[in-house]
Amino acid sequence: MSVDISQFHQVYFEESFEGLAAMESGLLGLSIGEPDNEAINTIFRAAHSIKGGAGTFGFKSVTDFTHIMETLLDEMRSGQRMVTREAVDLLLLSVDQLGRLLVATRDKQAYDEDAFNTALQNLQAMLAGAQNSPVAAQVADTPALSATAWRVTFAPQSHLFMTGNDPARLLRELATLGPCKVTCDSAKLPAFSDFEPETCYLAWQIELNATVPEAAVREVFEWVDNDAEIAVTPILPPPPEVKPKAEEPVAASEEDKPAARPSRIRPARLRRGEADAESQEAQATAESASAAIAEQAGGTEERRSTERRSTERRSTERRSAERRESGGGAAGAAAGGTSIRVDVEKVDGLINSIGQLVITQSMLMALSDNFSVDDLEKLREGLAQLERNTRELQENIMSIRMMPISFSFNRFPRLVRDLSSKLGKEVQLRVLGENTELDKTVMEKIGDPLVHLVRNALDHGLETPDIRLASGKSASGTLTLNAYHEGGGIVIEISDDGAGLNRQKILEKAREKGICGPAENPSDAQVYDYIFAPGFSTAAVVSDVSGRGVGMDVVRRNIKDLGGTVVVHSQPGLGALFRIRLPLTLAILDGQLVRVGASVYIVPLIAIIESLQIERGAVESISNQTEIYRLREEYLPVVRLHELLGIAPASTRLEDCLLVVVEVEGRKFALLVDELLGQQQVVVKSLQTNFRSVAGVSGATILGNGAVAMILDVGGIIRLCRERAADLPLLPPSARVA
Amino acid sequence: MSAQMVTSGLGSNAVLGEQFLTFILNDEEYGIDILRVQEIKGWEQATPIPNTPAYVLGVINLRGAIMPVIDLRLRFGFDAVEYSATTVVIVLRIKNLEGLERTMGFVVDGVSDVYNIPAGQLQPPPEFGGSIRTDYVKGLAMVDEKMVILLDVDHLVASDMELGESPEEQASTESALVE
Repeated sequence: MSVDISQFHQVYFEESFEGLAAMESGLLGLSIGEPDNEAINTIFRAAHSIKGGAGTFGFKSVTDFTHIMETLLDEMRSGQRMVTREAVDLLLLSVDQLGRLLVATRDKQAYDEDAFNTALQNLQAMLAGAQNSPVAAQVADTPALSATAWRVTFAPQSHLFMTGNDPARLLRELATLGPCKVTCDSAKLPAFSDFEPETCYLAWQIELNATVPEAAVREVFEWVDNDAEIAVTPILPPPPEVKPKAEEPVAASEEDKPAARPSRIRPARLRRGEADAESQEAQATAESASAAIAEQAGGTEERRSTERRSTERRSTERRSAERRESGGGAAGAAAGGTSIRVDVEKVDGLINSIGQLVITQSMLMALSDNFSVDDLEKLREGLAQLERNTRELQENIMSIRMMPISFSFNRFPRLVRDLSSKLGKEVQLRVLGENTELDKTVMEKIGDPLVHLVRNALDHGLETPDIRLASGKSASGTLTLNAYHEGGGIVIEISDDGAGLNRQKILEKAREKGICGPAENPSDAQVYDYIFAPGFSTAAVVSDVSGRGVGMDVVRRNIKDLGGTVVVHSQPGLGALFRIRLPLTLAILDGQLVRVGASVYIVPLIAIIESLQIERGAVESISNQTEIYRLREEYLPVVRLHELLGIAPASTRLEDCLLVVVEVEGRKFALLVDELLGQQQVVVKSLQTNFRSVAGVSGATILGNGAVAMILDVGGIIRLCRERAADLPLLPPSARVA
Repeated sequence: MSAQMVTSGLGSNAVLGEQFLTFILNDEEYGIDILRVQEIKGWEQATPIPNTPAYVLGVINLRGAIMPVIDLRLRFGFDAVEYSATTVVIVLRIKNLEGLERTMGFVVDGVSDVYNIPAGQLQPPPEFGGSIRTDYVKGLAMVDEKMVILLDVDHLVASDMELGESPEEQASTESALVE
């Protein structure tokens, strides 16, 4: 048995985390009191898969824990147990606990045993507790079928290996229940020349000397029910009462369901691998056959996991990423090599593009063999085709990284549910535009800021039911998450119909913290902007939900790092709206090439409003320091890029230069450049990879001629500018140093 | 056959870390751990990075990667010289404190030699002297009556990163002091 099963661990954990996410969303969707069988089935299936895999890999605590959850779910499914709020809450907590357990198992770290045991006890208590359905009492009376010895006939069908099952593993598993006497029936074994390595020819008779319930025996063969004839008969009459073994704490309750009857056929589930249990020699099993089994188990396994991956994509794929993110700090960081699941269609498209590229390339090669001037037209055509192919390929590759935002949004139903009950508020969550796609990296980085904004909206924004009723609103508040594409970017809005931002309170706090001078009378927008200042929090009491004042500046910084912006709109009594604008992807941007002095820089097109020639007379200066350009009744501060970037300009005369008007955080600025060169898509390369981040520069790119050009970070440029000009501080110096 | 021998030689030396590539800088000879050297290439015009110290010449396109180039003469406070076709850039792999690897180019006057220097022949750097802070000098060694200064490149770059890490902070501290 030379298959190294640890190579499948990662796939197992990925699938398990998806399963957990499926369980969670299923549980959240369960309506109390009226169980929807399909929903419970979905949850059950997810739990079952996790258990099955854990059994295969020998993660015993996971198996045991999931087993109890499964039993509870099974009782719900069969109507023996009502779906109560307590049960759902407990199951949700158990899902969390299971998640932690899985993370600990994956990282090979110790898990919090106390928490685990508490959760386990809670589950067992609920299971043992009075079952509030008449059916339950009736079924519970059925005695558990047990015996001190069992005769098991196990005759797998010839296609057993195709399903990824390994008989040797099953036999070893059985041996863990007690001493076995195994007889191999090799009658069907053909002549060696006719031997098909992928066909199972063997059958077994096993005498198991152990006092275990029949269900425990059957459970070993659970995965092969459909692919083998299995008969379990007691050798001695069962004693009246047998306590289940410690490892099988709830095996008896499994007896309750019809599943335990010998004739019952359960849907086959695909399983794989082998257990790490002690080796059990099956008599008369030829060496070669044994080796073949091992190899086949491995081979089919791989094949199937590929199939599974491709068929199960989309829906599960979403959750996995979401889950990975929401796994939080340690879990996320430890995950290491992340992977994405990709729609087969997208991969096919990619292969198609590559195919076309190869054709174009060979066409060009053929052309170059005997090139004459007459072929010029053909060459031009070929190059045009090459350009088309390249662009197509680029788009296809980019689309692989694009994922629907529901990955990120999916965590919120749970968050809102937990938080609102904690805060004693009634909240309805509305999610819109969840299929809006954006880049995976952007999505991963936007997760935490979104959580923060949602928490804030719940904690500070929405009022408690009594206050809402008193102000003439419905008792339950609405929190809306919305995402849509706009102008080459994505916009995410988080809005609530709560009290809105309290201008007076913010202003007081801002003055207290010295963010705003006592005499200043800022506009509403400016006041609302103060909440993004470091160390700012108006919450009277620091709750564990929010109010520590470290949040909003981090939110803004994270969004800025992604090249995005966040603004807040608020109407007293009607609610607040946070609008986040982000680029669709970080890898490629549309850029305007500009020349400053001898250097070429790239300004992101998304930031540019217009470019214009300088009109003499429209430039004015304030106190001989700051230049202001008057454009259609607007006054724009002029930023001399060459000064900021420390380059010798081609000309210092404004008339020779051009202005590029950019908008940053809702304010417009005019960048002074020497020349506009053209627009093109550029591939963003980080300076941090080999150097460090540089103020005013968001990255670099390689131009068509192989030279490197800096990509300007317009927001950073403005910040630099403010810092240089001590006359125009946005914040007083004390705040900035802090 | 010979290639194999060279590799195995390097491999065994890696443990002792005793092979050094040396280069000339203002008539002084400096050595760096040869296992950190990725390649040696000719000088090409770099794209300047705004708001960085003068010794950061800029970045170049190294087969699709953006690689910063640092002039070691300027870094160590020597006079600048004209770059010519014979100016050499040594491309080194640098590790930072978190173990992340960076690729950086260093402009030197010329590459000199490769020496085997047993660990026992290394002398600790003197407490003071020269314009180099001694914390990135690994040690001194005598080879053929000449002194070779062995550099700890990781340290050199780490202190560089600190120096220029946050021009914003520096600027704001200054403005705070002014007021």
